[in-house]
Amino acid sequence: MTAVPLPYRVVDTRPETADTVTIRLEPVHETLPSFAPGQFAMVYAFGVGEIPVSVAGILPDGGLLHTIRGVGAVSGALYALRPGATVGMRGPFGTSWDLPLAAGDDLLVVAGGIGLAPLRPLVLAALAAPQAHGRLNVLVGARSPEDLLYRDELDGWARPYRGVAVDRPSAGWKGRVGVVTTLLDEAPFTPAETTAFVCGPEVMIRATARELLHRGVRPDRVLVSLERNMRCATAHCGHCQLGPLLLCRDGPVVGYDRAEPLLAVREL
Amino acid sequence: MATAPTTTRDLGSADCVLDREGLDALVQALRARGRTVVGPTARDGAIVLAELESAAELPYGWGVELEGGHYRVVRREDEAAFAHSAGPQSWKNFLLPERVRQWTADRGPDGEMTVRAERHDPASYAFLGVRPCDLRAIAIQDQVLLGGRHRDDAYGARRTGAFLIAVECVEPGATCFCVSMGTGPAAGPGYDIALTEVLDDAGHRFLARAGTPEGAEVLAGLPQRPADAVTRTAAHEAVEAAAGRMGRTMPSVDLRALLADTLDAERWNDVAARCLTCGNCTMACPTCFCTTTEDVTDLTGDHAERWSRWDSCYDLDFSHLHGGPVRSSGRSRYRQWLTHKLGTWHDQFGSSGCVGCGRCIVWCPVAIDITEEAHALHQEALSKGGPS
Ligand code: SF4
Ligand code: SF4
Repeated sequence: MTAVPLPYRVVDTRPETADTVTIRLEPVHETLPSFAPGQFAMVYAFGVGEIPVSVAGILPDGGLLHTIRGVGAVSGALYALRPGATVGMRGPFGTSWDLPLAAGDDLLVVAGGIGLAPLRPLVLAALAAPQAHGRLNVLVGARSPEDLLYRDELDGWARPYRGVAVDRPSAGWKGRVGVVTTLLDEAPFTPAETTAFVCGPEVMIRATARELLHRGVRPDRVLVSLERNMRCATAHCGHCQLGPLLLCRDGPVVGYDRAEPLLAVREL
Repeated sequence: MATAPTTTRDLGSADCVLDREGLDALVQALRARGRTVVGPTARDGAIVLAELESAAELPYGWGVELEGGHYRVVRREDEAAFAHSAGPQSWKNFLLPERVRQWTADRGPDGEMTVRAERHDPASYAFLGVRPCDLRAIAIQDQVLLGGRHRDDAYGARRTGAFLIAVECVEPGATCFCVSMGTGPAAGPGYDIALTEVLDDAGHRFLARAGTPEGAEVLAGLPQRPADAVTRTAAHEAVEAAAGRMGRTMPSVDLRALLADTLDAERWNDVAARCLTCGNCTMACPTCFCTTTEDVTDLTGDHAERWSRWDSCYDLDFSHLHGGPVRSSGRSRYRQWLTHKLGTWHDQFGSSGCVGCGRCIVWCPVAIDITEEAHALHQEALSKGGPS
């Protein structure tokens, strides 16, 4: 399950943006153990290589969704896959978004760019159990309206609040312009009783977490998803170190109380 | 059975004395059991680890002269077999080889992928002459590769089959500091048999004790005599004396705290100005375990292989993320190596990542010395009023 990839078949591909696609995978024979929101798989493109990709969807039949931005050799090969193709899958790996930790709290889901992908299954899990927590706020940032993921789903996520901010608006854009944290003023949440789930580029994570702490959210209730180079995902290759953390094992989801001092050191 | 160190126990007072013929018999007995015996031998101006056909290939009469960036084998006045300290290789060269195929995959005409795990039936090794620091290094790699949630089965297969004959140190090198790291010069747990070499007026002999039932069984089959008080005392005193003759020391502070508190130290700039980021220290270090993966295909494009090979945190690609390295400066890469060895290894794997073997000092082309860097960081922390 974790050492040798299992074949999964691409059964559907859905373009999200100009360079991003969501692929739906189904096991060819054996199924990997079930994933939790926030965890990732190592996805292997035949002969090209393997990259960590968070699960963007966990389907009841053992299928998985992965949203892939085709920017590197492996992600480019995965981006180009058509239905019928086979990939190799290892996992599940890493820590997950701790939704039980947030029981009773207001939820604040803050995404930057493709950082929305690992948060999607969390949002769906929260929507499915509205009694378990307070208000669900989904704050989405993107470079431009064309860079937004899951556009047809976003409107259903306002329980009660869903906001979108873009850096570069295009003609006809009626939403917010600016960084994602500008949406915080609109979102109804009680900082002292809030758990935040933050994923996006590292600068966005730091800016968001700083703002949340400033507003009174507890650092250990700001959960962030971090990224480093990763080869094995089994804590044997040493690549994903961030100071004391091995992100394939101790992450990718880490409390900001632990992440903050590490992200503050340049080139750690 | 040679398994993980935790299953090893000292089987009490059943020590005995082997002479040189006994050592010969030991090698033959292990070979007769189907084991590949690997030990030190003098070759090409160094004491290397290689397959031994007989104990006669041990480096009898050879010692080593060690300093930062300097290694030389020297003729000794006596015929000691184990009077040398760490050489260019370590046991990881056998337990965690430089390149390992992990699996192969084939793509059929319909695009279907079949993946085949690599079969692990490695040589059944017997390592002769494992220094106490290296015995600890093996235990540290065991913890990394076998002690976590996921096991490296290929390593596990090589490791579980390995029979370990430790030889205690009576001749520490100028770059050794096992006492500071608590790993030597006496052998800690984990061996099947431990030897202490004694060479005095009463002759050339080896005090031997077993650490596992298999070790005891092997020992029992060798020509031997019961341990006598003179040999026991001589062995004990030689190891004690070695502890007092360490070539190097670490500052006697909590190194983990020191490294955690000095991430912004000036000293990193100083060492970065000297370090070539060549990675020699990581290759020579017996605990450095980092690997990377290589995916290759044959000419048809339908047969693919996954290999893992040693990697180094000094390599720019090591921290590659989204188009560039996270650790682009030499400063950050040396700091990563040293803080990992002495500091964050504790957080990740529950112990220090350094056993004090001195290899990184000897094989650094510009003689960068891990103990000197630690002392300098300590001095800098003191001068800034940090923790002492
Ligand atoms: S860091 Fe240097 S002294 Fe310590 S175990 Fe590695 S090679 Fe030996
Ligand atoms: S410390 Fe020495 S051996 Fe290690 S990378 Fe730098 S120059 Fe090379």
